[in-house]
Amino acid sequence: MSTDTSTMPAATNRQAPEIQIFRVYIQAPAARVFEAITSPEFSVKYGYGGEVHLDLTPGGDYRNDTTAAMKEMGMGDVAVTGRILDVDPPNRLVQTWIAAWHGEETTLTWDLMEYAGGLTRLTLTHDCTGAPHTALDVEGTGDADQGGGGWPWVLASIKTLLETGQPMVGAGA
Amino acid sequence: MVDDMQDDLVFKALADPTRRLLLDALFETDGQSQSELEALAQQRGEMSRFGVAKHLRLLEEAGLIVRRKQGREQRHYLNPIPIRMIHDRWIDKYTEHHTMALLDLKRKLEES
Repeated sequence: MSTDTSTMPAATNRQAPEIQIFRVYIQAPAARVFEAITSPEFSVKYGYGGEVHLDLTPGGDYRNDTTAAMKEMGMGDVAVTGRILDVDPPNRLVQTWIAAWHGEETTLTWDLMEYAGGLTRLTLTHDCTGAPHTALDVEGTGDADQGGGGWPWVLASIKTLLETGQPMVGAGA
Repeated sequence: MVDDMQDDLVFKALADPTRRLLLDALFETDGQSQSELEALAQQRGEMSRFGVAKHLRLLEEAGLIVRRKQGREQRHYLNPIPIRMIHDRWIDKYTEHHTMALLDLKRKLEES
């Protein structure tokens, strides 16, 4: 049987950009936002959850453990690994970021800028040069329920958690 | 408060065809320089150099693009988060309403 494709939208050849930048304003001091990024007490309450463990010195290890749900899906104990490249709390953190399911090395730069009144501008730059699978995953064009929320969904959930004290619906674990 | 102000800036930024063109261009190829974007805008219409620079500034103020220095050049990147926030806050609310209305209709039809 032939399939009529004439009414389907044209397939796009667009690829996820190698360098992706995400910026969000959070009503919380930079120190608190930095803590949210770097401590397991917070990391289980936003994004896709799992404890993060960082040795906050250049060359130190980074890892994001898997959640029970991820283990059920057949993942091991660790979802993401990496290494700290540069750290200046609470203004800046540069790290490598390797998703276990792709094994591609990428670089994350977290920039925090605090304004008067305790408002923080968080800018996350994800350099996925040579890591097309990771670039596609973190872009956030998929369904958040299916793990496709990417950084937009993760950062939105950090904002919700810090501003309301409650995890965003569906986030964390 | 901050979010309301940001929403205002986003809606205003989107209410202009040249700015939407610039966003579409960055969606196709992220990280373009101002001169690349100017060349594109010129192809599509008559846009002075100052026009594109001004539009890019408004898009940046709305948080829809982020500038990043690369070598001697400023490159422009899409920031998907403000539109995502508007989607979560406004669009979901109304699509949810439609879904609820359909569910109500279904229940009424099934009851009768």
